[in-house]
Amino acid sequence: MTSPLGKDLIGLESLTPEQIQLMLDTAEPFKEVSERSIKKVPALRGKTIVNLFFEPSTRTRISFEFAEKRLSADTVNVASTGSSVSKGETLVDTARNLEAMRIDMVVVRHSMSGAAQFLAERIRSNVVNAGDGKHEHPTQALLDLLTLRDRFGRLEGLKVAICGDVLHSRVARSNIWGLLKLGAQVGVCGPPTLLPRGIEALGVTVLPRIEDAIEWADALNILRLQLERMQGGFVPSLREYNRVFGVTSERLDRAPRDLVILHPGPMNRGVEIDSDVADGPHSVILPQVTNGVAVRMAVLYLLAGGSPDWAAPPAGEETR
Amino acid sequence: MRPFLLKGGRVIDPSRLTDGVADVYVVDGKIESIGHNIEVGLDADTIDVTGRVVAPGLIDVHVHLREPGQEDQETIATGAMSAVAGGFTAICSMPNTDPVTDNQAAVGFIVRQSIRAAKARVYPIGAVSLGQRGEQLAEFGELVGAGAVAVSDDGHPVVSSHLMRTALEYAKVFGIPVADHCEDMALAKGGSMHEGIVSTRMGLQGIPSAAEEIMVARDIILAELTGGHVHLCHMSTRGSVDLIRRAKDKGLRVTAEAAPHHFSLTHDRVLGYDTNAKMNPPLREEEDREAIRQALKDGTIDVIATDHAPHHYDAKEREFDEAPNGIIGLETALGLGLRELVEPGLLSLPELLDRMSTQPARVFNLSGGTLAIGAPADIVVFDPARRWTVDPTLGFSKSRNTPFAGEELPGVVEWTFVDGRRVYRKGSS
Repeated sequence: MTSPLGKDLIGLESLTPEQIQLMLDTAEPFKEVSERSIKKVPALRGKTIVNLFFEPSTRTRISFEFAEKRLSADTVNVASTGSSVSKGETLVDTARNLEAMRIDMVVVRHSMSGAAQFLAERIRSNVVNAGDGKHEHPTQALLDLLTLRDRFGRLEGLKVAICGDVLHSRVARSNIWGLLKLGAQVGVCGPPTLLPRGIEALGVTVLPRIEDAIEWADALNILRLQLERMQGGFVPSLREYNRVFGVTSERLDRAPRDLVILHPGPMNRGVEIDSDVADGPHSVILPQVTNGVAVRMAVLYLLAGGSPDWAAPPAGEETR
Repeated sequence: MRPFLLKGGRVIDPSRLTDGVADVYVVDGKIESIGHNIEVGLDADTIDVTGRVVAPGLIDVHVHLREPGQEDQETIATGAMSAVAGGFTAICSMPNTDPVTDNQAAVGFIVRQSIRAAKARVYPIGAVSLGQRGEQLAEFGELVGAGAVAVSDDGHPVVSSHLMRTALEYAKVFGIPVADHCEDMALAKGGSMHEGIVSTRMGLQGIPSAAEEIMVARDIILAELTGGHVHLCHMSTRGSVDLIRRAKDKGLRVTAEAAPHHFSLTHDRVLGYDTNAKMNPPLREEEDREAIRQALKDGTIDVIATDHAPHHYDAKEREFDEAPNGIIGLETALGLGLRELVEPGLLSLPELLDRMSTQPARVFNLSGGTLAIGAPADIVVFDPARRWTVDPTLGFSKSRNTPFAGEELPGVVEWTFVDGRRVYRKGSS
């Protein structure tokens, strides 16, 4: 069965606006499933999904696992440590062995860009990219889009500034594609050492200072500053980063409008974002996490060939 | 060995600027005469090469043959066979073998293996530094005495400017070039493709053009300081071309090479994470590709060299960041030169053959690259019009890592002769 998304979800760059819209729309009915007392629909009953995480992850892995379980799929988690991967097995051998056990889908997280596509080209199962290196993290961008749409009622014409380490961020790349395709305007803001050279060519506006981003944007998506960036010589210190690029309530107070605050997590409080901003009235950081489950349910459901119209049957029907 | 006559071909000899239909008569492994109605001996074979090009055998000053050390990827015999199938009669093997070719015994081993293979001539390039560690000079005199024609730490740059200076000075004693792989390792660190809009989209760490150009500039400055001959390997950027052009205008002893993939492809080819598009230096941008083409036309870049780099299938069948750099190139070089440079009208066919035979011989002081009377009969005969489809499984290299698989190329090599010996015949090897 071919899904309207194709076999895999590797990234948003290759998708049409309609496909992205479809995933967001399909997520809507799935939101409600998680609010029920019995959080389960039978949409993927009998399907086997492997969560193949070559890189540590808490939030994304658990979110996918909840999404799978709430769709009634059978799931297995494989982490790189303590598996054959740590014994030197190659990615392609790991995948082929899993497939030999007749699985239906693989959710893969890997530290190297292109790993998800590499896998997708070599196995018949559906592959969902849960983050590959610095390339894409499509479900994160989808949940960001859904959260923005919830808050603003639209995405078209919205101004979203992605702030921080854009250079190393898969979240930034997926957000840029998703937002642009759905008609939003995208700004990027961060130290020039952490912005890819020539990124304007993607159709984004470079905002040199965090004050510029705050003045320009309707919403800020604040990226995590990886602590190892200091050793790489990209920023001198966390303190300096906070002083120059941190999103603080003092800075937000000077904004011409109330800014919606997103963060893909995990946060470094006091570095890229101050606690009173993260916990403040305009933060949608926790709604993002809630939407993550719904979006992933939608993605898995659509890839399995589910019809958007049937996304979530009303409560009661699933309790057997 | 019976004498033979190559009859009726288009004879192109860039070394003498001749181009016309003629017969070539080879006796005792040497070119006896070129002309019409040559009187041949009773025992002579006549080979009809009407419609074919007869030219000096191609010479590649930059190949990796992997022996000793990685014979699963290539051997001197398979590399030399792949060479003659691509029309090359001589190749220069880089010293990044295991162990490193940094002493006379190692050089002698390569010479002996190539004699046993009896295909293309193989000229070893010795290491600049012991173990290619960039610390202590290798014994250039002993390397040259055993048969080395140049020195290089290729695979790595000569990082220390002091070592590069002393290498250039010392190499003058032997009249050999120091071939440098130009890369500022600190700038290139962690990179797996060209830094540009494609690397940004793909989330791959980029190698800026500056990483190459900084070392090109340094090497040119040191060539000026020492008067030594620096040969710049696999040039890939517009900025490098500008630097070389200025150095040549000043009359410095700077020569340079470019690889077929750098005049054929751009970083767009990496889209899809094809590890056969991963090489170092990486595929660059359109303006760089165009600059390389123009530099080959005007002679700023002297020679085409393949940087033939065989890798085992398993090594390339993995995550892009983890895959090794490099592609095979001996059997596709002529076809790419024809398709990318001659067919669009940028280079004439004699100019292409000049950059692939006469200039390499001149730059590395090798015999060959000429059809002069009395010269060794190192000759390639190819059909420039016939087209073929690249199928790496049919190639003679042990490895198959090429981004050109499935592409159609002009130019079918039909015969290759070394010292008048037939070392390759299309369809019969």
